[in-house]
Amino acid sequence: MSGVAAQLLNGLQYGLLLFLISSGLTLIFGVMGVINLAHGSLFMIGAYIAFVVSGGTGSLWLALPAAVVGGLALGAVLERGLFRRFYHREHLDQVLLTFALILLFEEGRSVLLGNDFHSVPVPAALDVAVPMVGDFSYSAYRLAVLGACLAIAGAMFLAIERTRIGSAIRAAAEKPEMVDLLGLDARRIHMVVFAVGTALAMLAGALAAPLHSVYPNMGHGFLIICFVVVVVGGVGSIAGAFWGALLIGIVDTLSKAYLPFASGLAVYVLMAVVLLWRPTGLFARS
Amino acid sequence: MLTVAGRTGSIVLGCAALAVASLPLFASPYHLELVSTAVVFAMFALSLQLLVGVTGLVSLGHAAFFGVGAYAIHLMGAHGPSISVLITLPAAVLMSGLAALAVGALALRTRNFFFLMTTLAFGQMLFFVFHDTPLGGGADGVFVTRPTFSLFGLEWVVSRQDRPAVMLFVNLGVLVAMYLGLAGLLRTMFGRALLGIRANEHRMRSMGFHTYWLQLGAFTLAGALAGVAGHMWGMTQAFVSPELLAWHRSAEALLMILLGGLGALHGPILGAFAWVGLGEIAQLITERQRLVEGLVILAVVLGLRHGLAGIRVPSLRRAMPQAEPATRAEEVSP
Repeated sequence: MSGVAAQLLNGLQYGLLLFLISSGLTLIFGVMGVINLAHGSLFMIGAYIAFVVSGGTGSLWLALPAAVVGGLALGAVLERGLFRRFYHREHLDQVLLTFALILLFEEGRSVLLGNDFHSVPVPAALDVAVPMVGDFSYSAYRLAVLGACLAIAGAMFLAIERTRIGSAIRAAAEKPEMVDLLGLDARRIHMVVFAVGTALAMLAGALAAPLHSVYPNMGHGFLIICFVVVVVGGVGSIAGAFWGALLIGIVDTLSKAYLPFASGLAVYVLMAVVLLWRPTGLFARS
Repeated sequence: MLTVAGRTGSIVLGCAALAVASLPLFASPYHLELVSTAVVFAMFALSLQLLVGVTGLVSLGHAAFFGVGAYAIHLMGAHGPSISVLITLPAAVLMSGLAALAVGALALRTRNFFFLMTTLAFGQMLFFVFHDTPLGGGADGVFVTRPTFSLFGLEWVVSRQDRPAVMLFVNLGVLVAMYLGLAGLLRTMFGRALLGIRANEHRMRSMGFHTYWLQLGAFTLAGALAGVAGHMWGMTQAFVSPELLAWHRSAEALLMILLGGLGALHGPILGAFAWVGLGEIAQLITERQRLVEGLVILAVVLGLRHGLAGIRVPSLRRAMPQAEPATRAEEVSP
């Protein structure tokens, strides 16, 4: 019984982490119409920032703001320097641009930090098991990640639904021409969305580093799972990414725990079923 | 708009094929195998061009069908006594075609970026099938017994010394057949309808074409042809691994298409040779091969908008104005 509860919590925590990555992916796609294959590499960079900063200072707490600030800066630079030119180009060009970025990011990582696997220690204060119900206890760090992701998700919903820039982003995602008609600065919106999306992916990487360890090409698996999340959840909607990520996180975790013969396949079967049933995704606005 | 090489272009391509076929006269076995690799990649990229350049569908899961074609040799039980290529090749076509039919039937319910993500995800699923289940024979790959050239008990035995040259001839023959077949296909009603879908899917639908079934046909055929390429890869290397299905191979094939030229049927062939050549040169001058490749892709995407096939030699054209109609590529329009 406690085993199932632990797996459910693991799935929930994994799903919330996936939400951080896929919300950026789906927003960038929804607002700018760009598919960013290098989004997984951004996650990888975040994890390596956690490895370097926590190795240098002994504290993961400094790594989290470092990942966020670094992500905002990197996202703004990438948007300014490269992506801005590709909003109206063919999908093929966007795929290859971001594929080139993957090669460059991975090679840069290899030059700077080598190709070894590294583990990142869980912060000492959270390296305990929290007693839950009865004799069931659960890792404090995982609970903290779960809480942090939920808080970020809540903040994002509020920002998107209640603030001026949030409503501009929603407008840009639904009817891009409206943004111009209303006299809003589309270029600023694009930059904000891209920078925030990048920062979220890198923060997710930093949070995940103690759980998944840090290794070359670690972003690929996450990128593809996040594609599944976006396809299942529906495009361009934060809510779709949220529920899709939870569903995929839980299904993936439970299937790996209880159906070892189908370990990697369950989420794809789920995606196939969703495509048959609702090709636009489960939570897409009709 | 996709162009097929006109008379002059065809002569140039034919000469290039003859040049490749004459390589065994002077090149080392290493270089013969390298060129064989380029020829197989050219088949693979050409099969993807049927989707990208002809039908206008950008797939990121095409390597999965390449891999299924390669694994067909393993799945046909080529561990034991060797089997004729006349059995393994149709088996590869059938398996990869069926896999493409299943993936395409689902993925074509989506469009644009969703199609891209869906094909990538299903490609990854097939990767896991060969990586994690007993079907594939291990995550590190397996050696396969080369299919033989035999028919009704008559077998043509190829010696070890001759093999690189023979495989180069065979691969080149398959590539030429595939190119001519696709060029012919573009002249048929089916091919013209596919080009029409790329130009304007809505219009084709309102004209009464069943675009879903046409696209599914193209997806299945492209998958089966990728399976042929994969089979030739497995036959050339005598080794298959799950890595053949990995998604970065799909991205590489897209790159070959863009490098060679999206707008020409022979573009992927140029692109494949350019990509393999680039990798080889990069390997000679630096250990950071990926860095060079990444920078080249960036340069191509930012600069070379029409690929190698789009490069024209202006001075030659000005010098021979009367040759204009012949040099201009023949356009195939729906």
